[in-house]
Amino acid sequence: MPFNIYDFSGTTKAIDQFLYAKMPPTWAFITELAIVGLIILLFYAVIGLYLVYLERKVCAFMQNRVGPNRVGKWGLFQTIADLIKLLMKELITIRKADKLLFNIAPFIVIIASFMAIAAIPFAKGLHAVDFNIGVFYMMAVSSIGVIGILLAGWSSNSKYSLIGAMRSGAQVVSYELSVGLALLSVVIFSGSMQLSTIIESQANGWWIFKGHIPAIISFVIFLIASTAEINRGPFDLAEAESELTAGFHTEYSGIRFAFFFLGEYMNMFIVASLAATVFLGGWMPLHIGNLQGFNHVMDFIPPIFWYFGKTIFIMYLIMWFKWTFPRLRIDQLLTLEWKYLLPINLVNILIISFIVLMGWYIK
Amino acid sequence: MQEVELQDILTAREDGDYIINIGPQHPSTHGVLRFVVSLKGEMLEYVIPHCGYIHRGIEKMCERLTYPQIIHLTDRMDYLSAHMNNEAVSLLVEKATGVEVPERVKYIRTILSELQRIQSHQLWWAAFGMDMGGLTCFFYGLRDREKILDIFEESFGSRLLHSYICPGGVMNDIHPNFQKRTKEFIKYFRKKLPEYDELLTGNIIFEMRTKGMGVLSKGEAISYGLTGPPGRASNFACDIRKLYPYSAYDKVEFKEILYTEGDTWARYKVRMAEMWESMKIIEQLIDNIPEGDFTIKMKPVIRLPEGEYSQRVETARGELGVYVVSKGEKTPYRMHFRTPNFSNLFVMNRLAAGNKIADLIAISGSLDLVIPDIDR
Repeated sequence: MPFNIYDFSGTTKAIDQFLYAKMPPTWAFITELAIVGLIILLFYAVIGLYLVYLERKVCAFMQNRVGPNRVGKWGLFQTIADLIKLLMKELITIRKADKLLFNIAPFIVIIASFMAIAAIPFAKGLHAVDFNIGVFYMMAVSSIGVIGILLAGWSSNSKYSLIGAMRSGAQVVSYELSVGLALLSVVIFSGSMQLSTIIESQANGWWIFKGHIPAIISFVIFLIASTAEINRGPFDLAEAESELTAGFHTEYSGIRFAFFFLGEYMNMFIVASLAATVFLGGWMPLHIGNLQGFNHVMDFIPPIFWYFGKTIFIMYLIMWFKWTFPRLRIDQLLTLEWKYLLPINLVNILIISFIVLMGWYIK
Repeated sequence: MQEVELQDILTAREDGDYIINIGPQHPSTHGVLRFVVSLKGEMLEYVIPHCGYIHRGIEKMCERLTYPQIIHLTDRMDYLSAHMNNEAVSLLVEKATGVEVPERVKYIRTILSELQRIQSHQLWWAAFGMDMGGLTCFFYGLRDREKILDIFEESFGSRLLHSYICPGGVMNDIHPNFQKRTKEFIKYFRKKLPEYDELLTGNIIFEMRTKGMGVLSKGEAISYGLTGPPGRASNFACDIRKLYPYSAYDKVEFKEILYTEGDTWARYKVRMAEMWESMKIIEQLIDNIPEGDFTIKMKPVIRLPEGEYSQRVETARGELGVYVVSKGEKTPYRMHFRTPNFSNLFVMNRLAAGNKIADLIAISGSLDLVIPDIDR
């Protein structure tokens, strides 16, 4: 395979062998866990902070503004300064709040997104865990986050928070179905739930091109439903700052609020990378049929750039929605899911199964 | 949807009600207004508007002030219709003292009122978009509003509280650049206004949120005393500029925008169309401002003859009525402002009860409330 020049699995294997040669297996295992954990933690923080920066710049671009441009070159350190500010702020717990749940809630949200990030393949051989049920795992852990939101709303002892949390509960549970079904379409195409296998199956073309119109429908539904699942505008009913001031995190301050905030951005990153992985081939370069020269040139762009390029493109789409659309109302939100997206999705799945059975997709 | 009378809702509160205070500090009340809202899930059972958080007693203060001084207080009522508020008092004083102002003054006043109306509607559009969750609208609206404020700043040195129109004319002559810049603005805004439609009007989500929401019939609009765009959206022809033309409104051609639906969408469309009409009015006048004095010499101390006087003008939000009882002093004996927002506010329960929280925000946004005008 030509793209092996950028294969990371050799490097990781070498480190693995080195560690096991130097120390007893238990210690080597623990060291590996620590290294991977540390890298993911750092990566998480950096990505989270710069996503906020990116969003502020995109939003400024949409709104005829400049955006952050004071701290550092082009305001690059603005979000870091914000984080330091949030770290130093007082943690306010309001009276009669359920202290235990109130403190746990932000951690649940952030842990859910942590767990999801572990399974994302950033490049060939560059992922923490390669499950054989990768897609299913991502779906499962990303839906833990809603428990944190519900707990935050319930324990805050604030009516705004409670309404926000209840909205969020209804919304996430509904849209999870559409997200799952949209992902299922590619699982049917590629015949595997393992993310690395799904990527390998797109070596000769991404599923959004190979799967004809049904794949495009799935992609669009996935974009809509995942935007709703991560509580972002135009589906940001859980926060809805013009209605509920800040929804479920009204009563949170300081770093606890920052956790919700970071969690939201990381969730956006996760759904964007899932969409990129499943529909747009993840780190796989763009290959067109038998155009050998073209394919070869594309192979020389490192997979990590392909991956981040696609992810940032999808994140830009999601930001674009947020900054140009007005917010839906709760009943319209649920109508959209149960009356439109879900039936379309189910029919789509049937069509895709038929296509795969007949072998009509581009192989 | 059951109609609840105001008397009923004041006694409707029970212990089991899930009461939420929207305001006095809330991003969507655009000021210190408070709605006490009872919820059943997402549904509103009743809405009780509470006003008076920034009551400054302007009407009482007026009793100790001379008429030229009162002008400066009227700015502080509906700060987005400062020129119209100034004009209302000025027209009343001129009517009472029997003074005829020069044609130039009438033209300038009309142009300023219409510029102010556009500016006010721009800010309304910006804030309404934001209430609906479209945050970009806010910056589009303010970007264009800035151009008008710059024109104002150049001519009268202030951007919000002008106190420019005074009894007998205007404070100073218009700036030499005024006509040029106004024409430039109209040219610019004719290109930019379609952008507003692209961003918000045609959006399917926006249409779903506003169409058929908060419907008010013509009869109800009249009995609630609704004026301005909310009244005209219910097909109630209440434009004072048409009914009792003042200043130069009898010399210009413009349409009174009327919609029959009476819902949030109609209230939105009325204002969007009014911006076009205002531009049309300005275009008719801006090149024809007659030469002459910008003010006539009033007496150093203006005394209104004994009696009762009233004057109505059309502000950006509806009908502003000024009522003065004079005992022949240099200060009014009693002064009353019939402000449009006060009447427009109390239709909230009728419109919002039975709908959802999000609709409350959309409806209060479509009424375009300016809180200092309610409280005075």
